[in-house]
Order: sequence, then C-alpha cells, then structure tokens
Amino acid sequence: MALTSKDQVAEYVAKQRRRQELLHYLVTFASMIVFTVLAFIAVALRKDINDYLIAFFIVTMAVVQVAFQLYYFMHMKEKDHGFPALFIYGGALVVFVTVLAFVTMIWI
Amino acid sequence: MTTHAQSLAVSSQRKGFLHWLWTWITTVDHKKIAILYLFGGGLFFLIGGIEALLIRIQLAVPNNHFLVGSEYNQVMTMHGTTMIFLAAMPLIFAMMNAVIPLQIGARDVAFPFVNALGFWLFFLGGIVLNTSWFFGGAPAGGWTAYTPLATEYLGSGMDFYILGLQLSGAGTLMGAINFLVTIINMRAPGMTFMRMPLFCWTSLVTSALILFAFPPLTVGLFFEFFDHIFHANFFNTANGGNGIIWEHIFWIFGHPEVYILVLPAFGIISEVVATFSKKRLFGYSSMVFATVLIGFLSFMVWVHHMFTVGLGPVANAVFAIATMTIAVPTGIKIFNWLFTMWGGQIHFTTANLFAIGFIPTFVMGGVTGVMLAVPPADAQYHDSYFVVAHFHYVILGGVVFGLLAGVFYWWPKMFGRMLNETLGKITFWFFFLGFHLTFFPQHFLGLMGMPRRYFTYLPGEHFELGNMLSSIGAFGMAVGVIVLLINIVVTTAKGKRAKGDAWGIGRTLEWSIASPAPEYNFAQTPLVKGIDAFWKEKMAGNKKMTPAEPLGDVHMPSPTVIPFLMSLSLTLASFGFIFAANQAGKPHTGGLITAAIGIGLMLLLMLIHSIKDDHGFHIHKEEIMRIEKEAE
Ligand code: HEM
Ligand SMILES: [Cu+2]
Repeated sequence: MALTSKDQVAEYVAKQRRRQELLHYLVTFASMIVFTVLAFIAVALRKDINDYLIAFFIVTMAVVQVAFQLYYFMHMKEKDHGFPALFIYGGALVVFVTVLAFVTMIWI
Repeated sequence: MTTHAQSLAVSSQRKGFLHWLWTWITTVDHKKIAILYLFGGGLFFLIGGIEALLIRIQLAVPNNHFLVGSEYNQVMTMHGTTMIFLAAMPLIFAMMNAVIPLQIGARDVAFPFVNALGFWLFFLGGIVLNTSWFFGGAPAGGWTAYTPLATEYLGSGMDFYILGLQLSGAGTLMGAINFLVTIINMRAPGMTFMRMPLFCWTSLVTSALILFAFPPLTVGLFFEFFDHIFHANFFNTANGGNGIIWEHIFWIFGHPEVYILVLPAFGIISEVVATFSKKRLFGYSSMVFATVLIGFLSFMVWVHHMFTVGLGPVANAVFAIATMTIAVPTGIKIFNWLFTMWGGQIHFTTANLFAIGFIPTFVMGGVTGVMLAVPPADAQYHDSYFVVAHFHYVILGGVVFGLLAGVFYWWPKMFGRMLNETLGKITFWFFFLGFHLTFFPQHFLGLMGMPRRYFTYLPGEHFELGNMLSSIGAFGMAVGVIVLLINIVVTTAKGKRAKGDAWGIGRTLEWSIASPAPEYNFAQTPLVKGIDAFWKEKMAGNKKMTPAEPLGDVHMPSPTVIPFLMSLSLTLASFGFIFAANQAGKPHTGGLITAAIGIGLMLLLMLIHSIKDDHGFHIHKEEIMRIEKEAE
C-alpha cells in the first residue's frame, strides 16, 4: 500500500505507535509476572541460599516492578511528567536519607 | 443581562444574616477563603494570646497561685498548640490564598473545592481542640505530646489534641496540594518560574514541605490514637513499645514544620522590602536557591531536638553539622534583604517597619539556633528558658512579624480600604518593643537555669526581675494587638478607599487590578514580560498589563456546601472517637457508633460529590466590562 496523502502517513504512524505501546504493556506485564514468580522461587529455595541474598533479590525485584508500574502503566515515561517525577524522587530521597540515618547511626 | 448574572448581582446585596452566612459557608472563591482563613486564624491568635497572658500573669512573681499544676500545663499546652497549628498555619494560608493567584496572573486556584474543604477542616479541627476546655480539661502534655506521658497519664484532654490536630492537619495537607498544583500549572503566559515573585517561590517550597512533612505527623497521631483509644502498644514500653519513636516521628514532622512557617514569611519580607525600597529584589536567583536548599536541609536535622536523648555521639555530631549548615542559606537571605534596601528609596510604612524589624530579630533567633545546635552546649540549654527565647525569636519575631507585614501590605488588596498608618505605627512600636522586652530577658533566665514548662519559681533564685520584665513586655504586645483591632474596626467603617495600585509603587501583578480584586481576578489574562511584571509595564509608560487574550466570558466554579458538610461529618466522627475513649477498658460502643455514622456520612458526601455534575457558570463579557468600568 502506498502512502499517498499526509493524513494517511499520520494515521499509519499513529497505528504503529499504538501497536508499539501495546507491545510494551504486554512485555512489562509478562516480565512483572516472571519477577513475582522468581521472588517466590527464591523464598522456596531458602535452605540453599543465604537469607540476605534473598532479601536483596526480592527488594531489587520490587524496585524494578515499581519502576515498571510508574513508567509504563502510569505514563511517567511520557512528556510533561517532570513534576510528578521530581516529587516522587524528591520524596524517595528524603525517605532514603531518613531511613539511612536510622539504620546507620541512631540508637532508638 | 442573563439570569445568572442577575442572580449574582442580587446575591451581592444583603438579604439578611442567614443569606450572608450561607454565602460564606458555600464559597469556593480563593479571595473569600483568604478572608475566612484570616479571621479563623486571627480568632485563634487572640485565644492563644490570652492564654499567653495568663501564663505571664502566673510567672510575673515568684510563688504565685494564679494558675498552678495541671491548669497551668493545660493553658501552656493549648497556647503552643493553638499558636502553631491554629494561628500561624492558617494565617499563612490566608496570605497564600489572598495573593498567590493574583501574583501569578491566575483567575482561580487549581482545586477550589479542595481549598474550601481545607479551610473548614482546619477551622472545625480547631473547634474540636478547644471544646476540650468544657469536657474534662484541655490536653496538658505540651505541644509536642511526648509519649508515654501523653498516651498513658494525661486523660481525656489528649483525645482532643489527637483528633483536633488530625482534622486540621488534613486540611493543611489539602491546602498545600492545591497550592502546589496552582503554582505549577496556572501561571499566566510568560510567567516562567524564574519570573515568579519570591512569595510564590517560598509558598511553593512550603507546600512541598507540607506534602512531605505532614504524613509523618498523621501517622504518628494515628499511633497515639490507637494507643489511647484502643489500647495499642506502639509507645507503651511495658508491653514492648517504644516512646522514643514518637519523638523521632514528631520531629521528622516538627522541624520541617518550623520552616513551613517561616519560608512564606521570608517571601512576604522579600516582597515588602523590595516594594518599599522602590528597587528590584537583590539577588533574586540566590534567594530562590537558598529557599530550595533550606527546604531540602530541613528534613535532615530533626535530631537536634533530641540531643539530650542519648542517641550517641555520631548521630549528635552529624546532625549538629547538618543543622549549622542551614544558617548559610539563611544568611544569604539576610544579606540580600540588606542589599535590597541599600541605596533604595525606603518608605517607612507600617508594613515595611515590620519587615525591617524582622531582620535583626530573626538574626538573633538564628544565632541562638546555632548555639543550640552545639550538642555539648545544648546539654545546658535544653528545656530551659533559653530554648523558649530562641523559638519565640524565630516564630514571633520571624513568622508573626512577617505575617503582620503581609497583613498591612495586602490589606488594601483584600478589603479595598487602607489601614490607618498612624495606628499601624503605634501597633508596630508596642509590638516590637514589647516583644523584645518579653523575650530578651528569657535568654538570661534560661542561662541562669530556669527550666521550661514549670509553673512557678521561688523567691531568692534571682529569677524575679527577668520574669517581671517579661510579663510587662507581654502586656505591651497585647496593647499593640488591641490597637490593631481598633484600626481594623475604624478603617472598615470609614477608612480611605484603596486604589488598584494601593501603595503607588506596586511591582507585582496583584497591584495591576482593582482593590479588592473582582470575582474573576483578571478581565484578561496578563502577558508577563519579566520579573516585577507590573513595574516593567509602568516603566514602559503603560497603566495596565498587556493582555494575553481577548476579552471573553469567564468560567467560574459554583459555590457548594459539600466541603462544609464533609468537615462537619468528620467532626462528628472525631467527637465519636473522643467519647469512645475509655481509660479503664474497652472503648464505649455509643462513641464508636457515632464515629461510624460520621465516617459513613463522609463517604456518602464523597459519593454525591463525584456523581453530581457541576459545570460551574460563566460571567459574561458585558458584565465584566461593566465591573471594570465601575472600578476605574
Ligand atoms: C539557623 C537556624 C536554626 C537553628 C540552627 C535552630 C536550632 C534549634 C535547636 C538546636 C533547637 C533545640 C533546642 C533544644 O530543645 O534544646 C531548636 C528548637 C526550636 N526551634 Fe530552632 N533553629 C533554627 C531556626 C528555627 C526557625 C526558623 C524556627 C521557626 C520558625 C525554629 C523553631 C524552633 C522551635 C519551635 C523550637 C523548640 C521546639 C520545642 O522543643 O518545643 N527554629 N532550634
Ligand atoms: Cu528544629
């Protein structure tokens, strides 16, 4: 099919973009399921693996999933999401420093 | 004229008291909400002030029997709690509501409904707290409500503290979210971030601080709530809880809170000093930078309130240094204000007197702050009158001076009438001198060992002179406040009408429209060409802002009573929980049922609000043209 008019080109581009988008959704959704399964497997293998390693693994999986959720499903990767991103990262930084202070130097 | 414009014109005439009350209860107009905040906050400021006078009467002479024991503790606690949460916070929101949409060239705030809800939650929260006087006594654990004292030993007063602050805290959080979105999304064309008046910047950072600092308070109050009403054990050491955690939670909220209060005051001072020096603010971008930096650092210093808890030398040292670094951006600000005045044409109006009085006063508070930030020294100062002197210098000499400067400066814009300058200057001198007379001697009382939060002292301890001076100063401040009230009444009755550019030397957008601002703020959204947009236009020989759009109909949100009803239902829920609390055993069922009804009503109102379509209304072009002509 030849793309003759401008409208047709625009329509074609939009359609490709939607397909791409859908693909992204499916891939992230599938990988999130895989991560969850992996986390459960890690816990199941508790006898053979170091506990801290498992904890580290699960938390990493969780962080990646949160990122997927925010960027792909809640559209943070798109334009005009600078302020939500700024506030999320600002809040995360403040919380991180607070927790860091507690675990490193404060006796409760 | 269409029917709506007609009904609008009719509603602006007085149709009896009930109708008048109804318009205020249902309003979603930020300018009206500003006035509500001003009078709500003002009312609690007077109540807190009277409590302060009672404290000073008790402490004027040694061994006094005016107000002793638990009664003293109640008055002292309610004074602090009222002043911070119910006076300073809402007065700051009054200024933000009155000015920010006008300064950024917006017709409204982003969420008018949420804005109204925020006000009513604050106000009814304050009422809940104050009803404690009539139901078995007020809270008596200090404004910090340290556990386990507050959760296990102080009785029903603490329920009012917990639920009252929970309500008004929710209101504050909503107000902050509204202003964040307003400032980020609703600036007029050309009003880039780096062209915003500094008050907008400080309010933006303050709102962000509220967004991050109030959730810890909410959670902490919920913990106290469960401990107190359902006998949970978060802070009960005997059952494995930990009271120190409350101190951490409280100060993780509490230190940002003091900057939440003072940053908008910095903003007001920046506006007032620049306007009345007839100069651009010196070092604008460094001011913005300092504001953001202070906001960020304020989350990293909470342990300086806990140096004497014994968290260990490493924690104390790190937090001491973090605390001292805050003095750097604060110093930047002080110098910028001084350089703004340097070589300017200074007008000594009342507003500017408060701003100028603020500078040395706040510096003194900052210096004692850095002294307190030295842990070994703090072991001496902690919980003595030295700390009392420190925080009154920063909060009264900083926040309240800033607010009074703002009230005198923006009063004409809010009400369309000038306050009397002679009376204003009398207020300033009584307040300023009274303030220093009250709090300067307290530094020495503290250094001599007078402990904080004690209801008396003995003769022969050398505390007599300082305390007597302090009490005299307090009454000096009271005279200043009374003169201010007289000023308000007299000028409201027959004061001079304010022009749009009330001081004649206004720099920012709010002065480019009529005083008081019409309901729609800007007939045409202005086009902003630089910092101090209105001044720039005036220098180019224009009387008005260049419009960014043709004149057209203006869309407005319609008034609604739902925010008020929502706040009432949450108030009902609060009282339910308060009366459910039972020190001896299980909570009373009657109270729990009442609380459930309150929460159910709230959910119902939320449902109604989300399914009811409200398209607002339009003010038509002809109507706007008529109003604009009348204003000229
Ligand atoms: C240079 C900046 C500042 C420094 C270094 C500083 C430092 C401190 C320190 C170390 C304390 C704890 C004293 C103690 O309990 O032993 C303290 C208490 C306090 N500060 Fe500041 N401060 C500063 C600015 C402010 C500002 C701007 C405000 C408010 C607008 C403020 C309000 C308070 C309050 C309310 C307390 C007492 C809290 C209580 O225990 O009830 N401070 N300050
Ligand atoms: Cu602090």
